[in-house]
Amino acid sequence: MEEILDRLLQAPPYSLEKEEKRALYREALSRLTRRHYAACPEYRKILDALGFDAQADYEPEEQPMLPVRLFKEYELLSVPRGEIVKTMTSSGTSGQKVSRIFLDKVNVKNQTRVLTEIISSYIGRKRLPLLILDTRLALRDRSMFSARGAGIVGFSTFGRDTAYALNENMELDLPAVREFLQKHEGESILLFGYTYMIWQYVVCALREAGVSLSIGEGRLFHIGGWKKLKDQAVDSRRYNEAVREVLGNVAVYNYYGMAEQLGSVFVECEHGHMHCSNYSDVIIRRPADFSTSGAGERGLIELISLLPTSYPGHVLLTEDEGEILGEDDCPCGRKGKYFKIHGRIRGAEIRGCSDTYERH
Amino acid sequence: MNDINYCVGNENISNRPLVPFSEEACGFAAALSAALMGNAEARNYPDVMSFAFWCRKANLLDRRNKWEARGEKRLGRGLVFHIAPSNVPINFAFSFLFSLLAGNANLVRIPSRDFPQVALVCRGINKVLEEYPAIRERTAMVRYAADNAVTEQLSRTADARVIWGGDATVAAIRGCAVKPRCIDLVFADRYSFCVLDGASVEAAEEGKLKKLAEAFYNDTYLMDQNACSSPQIIFWRNASEAAKERFWQAVFAYAKPKYGLQAASCVDKYTKLCQDAADLPQLARGSRIENLAYRAELKALPGDITGLRGTCGYFYEYNLKDYRELLPVLTEKFQTATYFGIDPEELRDFVLREQVRGIDRIVPVGKALDIDAVWDGYDVIGMLSRIVEVR
Repeated sequence: MEEILDRLLQAPPYSLEKEEKRALYREALSRLTRRHYAACPEYRKILDALGFDAQADYEPEEQPMLPVRLFKEYELLSVPRGEIVKTMTSSGTSGQKVSRIFLDKVNVKNQTRVLTEIISSYIGRKRLPLLILDTRLALRDRSMFSARGAGIVGFSTFGRDTAYALNENMELDLPAVREFLQKHEGESILLFGYTYMIWQYVVCALREAGVSLSIGEGRLFHIGGWKKLKDQAVDSRRYNEAVREVLGNVAVYNYYGMAEQLGSVFVECEHGHMHCSNYSDVIIRRPADFSTSGAGERGLIELISLLPTSYPGHVLLTEDEGEILGEDDCPCGRKGKYFKIHGRIRGAEIRGCSDTYERH
Repeated sequence: MNDINYCVGNENISNRPLVPFSEEACGFAAALSAALMGNAEARNYPDVMSFAFWCRKANLLDRRNKWEARGEKRLGRGLVFHIAPSNVPINFAFSFLFSLLAGNANLVRIPSRDFPQVALVCRGINKVLEEYPAIRERTAMVRYAADNAVTEQLSRTADARVIWGGDATVAAIRGCAVKPRCIDLVFADRYSFCVLDGASVEAAEEGKLKKLAEAFYNDTYLMDQNACSSPQIIFWRNASEAAKERFWQAVFAYAKPKYGLQAASCVDKYTKLCQDAADLPQLARGSRIENLAYRAELKALPGDITGLRGTCGYFYEYNLKDYRELLPVLTEKFQTATYFGIDPEELRDFVLREQVRGIDRIVPVGKALDIDAVWDGYDVIGMLSRIVEVR
């Protein structure tokens, strides 16, 4: 795997074309599957039960998928526990089980390398002044040190002179923000935060205060769910407009990734399309039979990443819905599939009497 | 008490008993049946129709004749408080009906979820009650958010309670103080299975096979496989791979156009199969027909099989050579055995001979959900009435 990654890291992150990528993924994913089959007992049992022969090579579409929920139920490892240097947890709401992702040194390093390649293809390699649209508390509070804190730490490597826009009560710290912007006047600013928190605590707060920060040139990267925004009828166009209205001349990049596959994230380009990079791929599956959907057809999102080596997370079935928009032909010039995310599927409503009365 | 919503009747409910199968009760039930049968909207709901069909006049007469053949003199126990399941629309109506026929006044907690069937039946009851004052003063139906304080309050005056619920719910409700002579009839969580004879499946002609598939569908998919009497595991007798394949293809063909398969259920079932693969050493293999039918085939039975539960079309299977293989796992949790191609008497003989603590119902495939006045092994009308003896 290392030599495949090393080779890929020589090339720009959105350069692989369809046929080349397919051949590479066929080989790389089959190798990963074999590796996890040999090393992770749960993974092996699952493939055995499904009658999957891990020794053969498979097309990416034929690779066995692990449902993301399994990472909440099991501690899935493909390396000895002693080699784990970092355990990621997903940011589940309180009371819910959280995913636990086990990373060894190699995995941590590769995540950083790949994330750097992807992000710097948007912002260049120079470190920019960074404004985190969140609270410093997200780093300190252990209960919050989940994907949220890790996302901030991970993104901080792209910036310098980091400042936080929210105080410990999640209120906009306008003097601090103004001071930061004054200090870096004339410079290109990097901003980072979580989709909904930016909306609620930055955009709405600035609107209410009737303030525009008038940033001369900035780039905002944000990640996170859209459900609450959709409930307020905010789509990505309205979101981006509102952000620019209160922040100034800021390019807005939404990106998508899971704690289960950190590093190989998907970034929305200037045409509003989510892009797979050389390091990741997406397959859309019809719920009824898991067959692969054609372009423009909605279905369940399967996420593929070349990075997971310490845990069997290279081929995941998510509970998100999306659709492929095209491949290799986005007007932005990036190669690879580009797609759209429609959000989480609705939980199943089940009839029957086993769960009677109501939960107390 | 402010948050109790009376959909039928009010808090002034009589507790004067009637004789079982009284003129008033039978007349009311038959009128309700006629009203529902004549309601165009009700015809959209098979569960409402099967309720209306049960309490049609001819059936009530038949039941009354059979009851009278017992030659006992009985009266209802008085006031019966029913706590119906919140996620099955129509059981509240059956619970009410059986108790009414036993001669009781009834206070029924109806499902709080907004089922159109519940509203429909309540409207029918309200309308018909106008003509039956003796039943009207003995009937109330309430809604309230799950609250033990309210349940306790309503339990205080009950002479019997009919409790439908999972184990935790039952335990909570059983904790309420009741009158010393109050009895509880508890319909708790149960486990059900299906016995299929492979040779009979293979030999069945197309029409019969299709009927079997439809019957199996009605036992399972119709209720998302989540009713206590829906089979979770299939015990195959004399079955070749071809027989099983034939059965599942027939079920698939019948279910495919009918069943509203939700995307989330597809992910849930796939996830469950992966979990079973990881957790269940007895799993031989897992397979699926599209995402409609999942099959988890076992090579041995775990010590407790009541944890083997699927929903929305997720089935366990096991080749059963001898009923005695079931002896270590059969507990009082077991309710219904549905069958096809086997002799049900042979299965009953096994239960009696081996003094098995579970299995109350042995019914053909397709009848799993057919609720009746004997349910969970209880003679419901008998238990909700008292004998007035003379010697």
